Amino acid sequence: MSLYLLSLLLAAGSGIPGLFLRRRGAEVAAGLMTASALAGIGAALGVLAGGPVPSLRLPALALTSPSLLVLDAIAAWFLIPVLLLAACGAWYGVRYWEDAHGHPRWVRLVFGGLTAALILLVAAAHTWLFLLAWEAMAIGAFFLVSTEDRLPETRRAAWIYLVSTHTGTLCLIGAFALLAGVAGTWDLGALPRGFASSRLGTQTFLLFMVGFGLKAGVMPIHIWLPPAHAAAPSHVSALMSGVLIKMGILGMVRLIAWVPDPPLWWGALFLGLGGVSGILGVAFALGQHDLKRLLAYHSIENIGIILLGLGLGLIGKSTSQSALAALGFAGALLHVLNHSLFKGLLFLAGGSVVHATGTRNLERMGGLAKAMPWTSAAFLTGSWAICGLPPLNGFVSEWFIYLGAFRAMAGARWPWSVGVLAALALIGALALACFAKAYGTAFLGTPRTPAAAAAHEAPRMMLLPMAVLAGACVLIGVFPMVIASALDRAIAGLGQALPASSRLAHLPLVTVLALTLALLALGLARWAWAGRRSEPVPAELPTWDCGYAEALPRAQYTASSFADGLVTGARWALFPKVHEAQVQGPFPEPARFESHVPDLVLDRVLDPAFRLGSRGLALLHVFQTGQLPVYLLYVLLTLLFLLIWMVV
Amino acid sequence: MSQALVPALLNLLFRAFVVLLLPPLIPGLITKIKAWMAGRSGPPVLQLYYDLAKLARKQAVFSRTTTWVFLAGPVGTVAALLVASLLIPLGHTAPLLAFEGDVILFAYLLGLGRFLTVLSALDTGSAFEGMGAAREVSFSALAEPALFFGFAALARATGSLSLTPMLQSHGMWTAGHLSGPLMLILAGWGIVFLAENSRIPVDDPNTHLELTMIHEVMVLDHSGRPLALILYGASLKLVVLGALLVDPLLPVLSKGWLNGLAFLGGITLLAVVVGLVESTTARFRMNKVPQFLVAGVLASAFAFLLLLV
Repeated sequence: MSLYLLSLLLAAGSGIPGLFLRRRGAEVAAGLMTASALAGIGAALGVLAGGPVPSLRLPALALTSPSLLVLDAIAAWFLIPVLLLAACGAWYGVRYWEDAHGHPRWVRLVFGGLTAALILLVAAAHTWLFLLAWEAMAIGAFFLVSTEDRLPETRRAAWIYLVSTHTGTLCLIGAFALLAGVAGTWDLGALPRGFASSRLGTQTFLLFMVGFGLKAGVMPIHIWLPPAHAAAPSHVSALMSGVLIKMGILGMVRLIAWVPDPPLWWGALFLGLGGVSGILGVAFALGQHDLKRLLAYHSIENIGIILLGLGLGLIGKSTSQSALAALGFAGALLHVLNHSLFKGLLFLAGGSVVHATGTRNLERMGGLAKAMPWTSAAFLTGSWAICGLPPLNGFVSEWFIYLGAFRAMAGARWPWSVGVLAALALIGALALACFAKAYGTAFLGTPRTPAAAAAHEAPRMMLLPMAVLAGACVLIGVFPMVIASALDRAIAGLGQALPASSRLAHLPLVTVLALTLALLALGLARWAWAGRRSEPVPAELPTWDCGYAEALPRAQYTASSFADGLVTGARWALFPKVHEAQVQGPFPEPARFESHVPDLVLDRVLDPAFRLGSRGLALLHVFQTGQLPVYLLYVLLTLLFLLIWMVV
Repeated sequence: MSQALVPALLNLLFRAFVVLLLPPLIPGLITKIKAWMAGRSGPPVLQLYYDLAKLARKQAVFSRTTTWVFLAGPVGTVAALLVASLLIPLGHTAPLLAFEGDVILFAYLLGLGRFLTVLSALDTGSAFEGMGAAREVSFSALAEPALFFGFAALARATGSLSLTPMLQSHGMWTAGHLSGPLMLILAGWGIVFLAENSRIPVDDPNTHLELTMIHEVMVLDHSGRPLALILYGASLKLVVLGALLVDPLLPVLSKGWLNGLAFLGGITLLAVVVGLVESTTARFRMNKVPQFLVAGVLASAFAFLLLLV
């Protein structure tokens, strides 16, 4: 426990020395965060290696509870990505968020506080501590999102985030109160049998789903996620997308662990939400031109994949198919880790691009692979992994979920999980399209603007964290055996005795095939490269462009054109907006064409609804005259009305 | 010991022959059939072998726009297809590798090849290649569910999650209640086969207008050995995806070498059928292609539904 507490304190205090140091404050903060990560990951690995489960008891603060903090296998599993991303983000932030952007000390202080809140949250075993840490996390993230509050869109994003996170907290308070009423204690732990199927259990479950779902960004209630991720500094976006939204998943995982007998419809609800989030998440991502918004919608998609895994696991738990439960839970938990690795990597690489070009708009980039070769390689690794392509880590976790779905379907008891298969296949194909678009538009081809042509490679201090995350992606992808036993311990915490790796005796074969693939590719590349033009050429030759003298940068396919076929195909869900001027007459005026995909829920439903609501409420202004006698008259009338009502 | 070793070695040699030497013959066969149907004599059946030998000697030219990603396309596609070919059974011969869930690895290896090809096309910065890349990813988003519904139906019919038992379960064709779903699966996969290999009616490898191409326009800028890899990769894809269609239809024969021969016969027959289809149908307009692919998705989804009753 002391290692864990040390990690907590180091993280919480990492920003404090920087307040008093004239220079090198960022390096000190990053160093402290690294020490915190080493201590915390050490503690977590100890637990996942089968060591004793440390817990903290404070009899003085007993609050009728046996323990405040328990670092069990699930907590340890979630703690590792938190600390890894926090340390990588802190080093990245040293050069990324310098004085030019404003408030670097404040950002470091809050970043440390947010990390500490996350560390506290994963191990919280007491309701009040859980809610306290939850709130600290929400507030910390709000401050970080609103860092650049001089921009109106940032202020808007921060307010939307604050409102939705507090709506979620309200639901959680209600749910925990109901739970405490049943258990008779504020302690978080196993629930009695039969509770889940009762009416009260259903209400609690739904409240939890809204509370945790709002944080995780499940599709109909994801509204805060795209604007907040786009507005926050990139290393903060990496932490938010990588681990903060996973705290919603942590809550759901805890809930599953507490309930011994979940009803079947819980699993079905998870699958439905997962399918909607996954498919619509990636479909909306296809329509974005803003690099960070695009990545944010992909977070929704990946949360969908995780929910699909949890849903399959829940169905396995309800119907006592332990193999199915093991595969579903293992896939979901592994995807939690994997997504934090590759999405962290993508946000950091994307941040470097934004830093270098000064824009988040994909259509103003292009050709960056030449100027930023390492960042480009990092972004490609992240894209490769997030599409679930072998031999990187995304494939391994999606594979578990696929296997679970196949097993559920072949087992004659739940044939409808074929929908999960189809959804995963569609998500995979669309994610591939979307990342081909993002990587291709930003890094390949020729620069579309002077700013993109003048881009420079990110400094080493920013490349190193990306290298660490990319290395982790490759490691888990090529050698999935290394995490197998830790994963088994984590799903054992979900009441799942059967280890998932026992279902996959062939995991080493993945390594063999991955290495074969790499060797083949190297050999072929050598052979093909040896055949390049050897004699000196006067000047390097341009791309052959079907008879045009030379490919113009502006004639390249844009991100919007690339995705147009798919966006138009899905217009029944995306409702893309197109602004085009009519071209008329023999000498037409210059015309503009613009298209974008606004968010379905926020921009199309909530915004108009709230505007209508406030216009309706404005009608009440008639009654607000601002004169005291009139208000006294209202009081009198009310009293009179109450008097009559009581008499009658 | 030696009695087990000799058939295993022969099997290995057979696989090496099918994967490394046979593929360039298939496009040659298809072209020959098309030529005969049109009343021409056509290029020799071995034309692609000559082309590959010529390209391997030629020097490659790289545009100044390109980076290493340009080379990663052809190289990665061929490497991914070669690894995928380790997983696929060739007729009823003994498999090289078969494990639970290799179906998914197989499908995602094909996806890896597509991802790298698309990136290598975007690397040239040409609007035409971007257009082809966009079409490729859009259409494959529909081909993928068709492929997976088919896998799901076969998994349900055979109770297995591995390609070899799924494709080698010879009982399906004769068992009355399974032959209907199998026909639907093969219809769906046939559409996937035509789309993924850029054949008529989805795409025409021989068209001369870049604006109307899908796959060919993505590789306009490749030359020399990278182009040789692309051509070989395309023919290997014909064999690998062709095995999906041919395997379930083959009868089980008593001897290993007879089974191998049956597979070769099946692949040849598939090439003839593709040649006939190409000779007798016209290409779809680009906006009709998604409807064709959706028909494939529906066919394999119906196959799955039939298996539920």
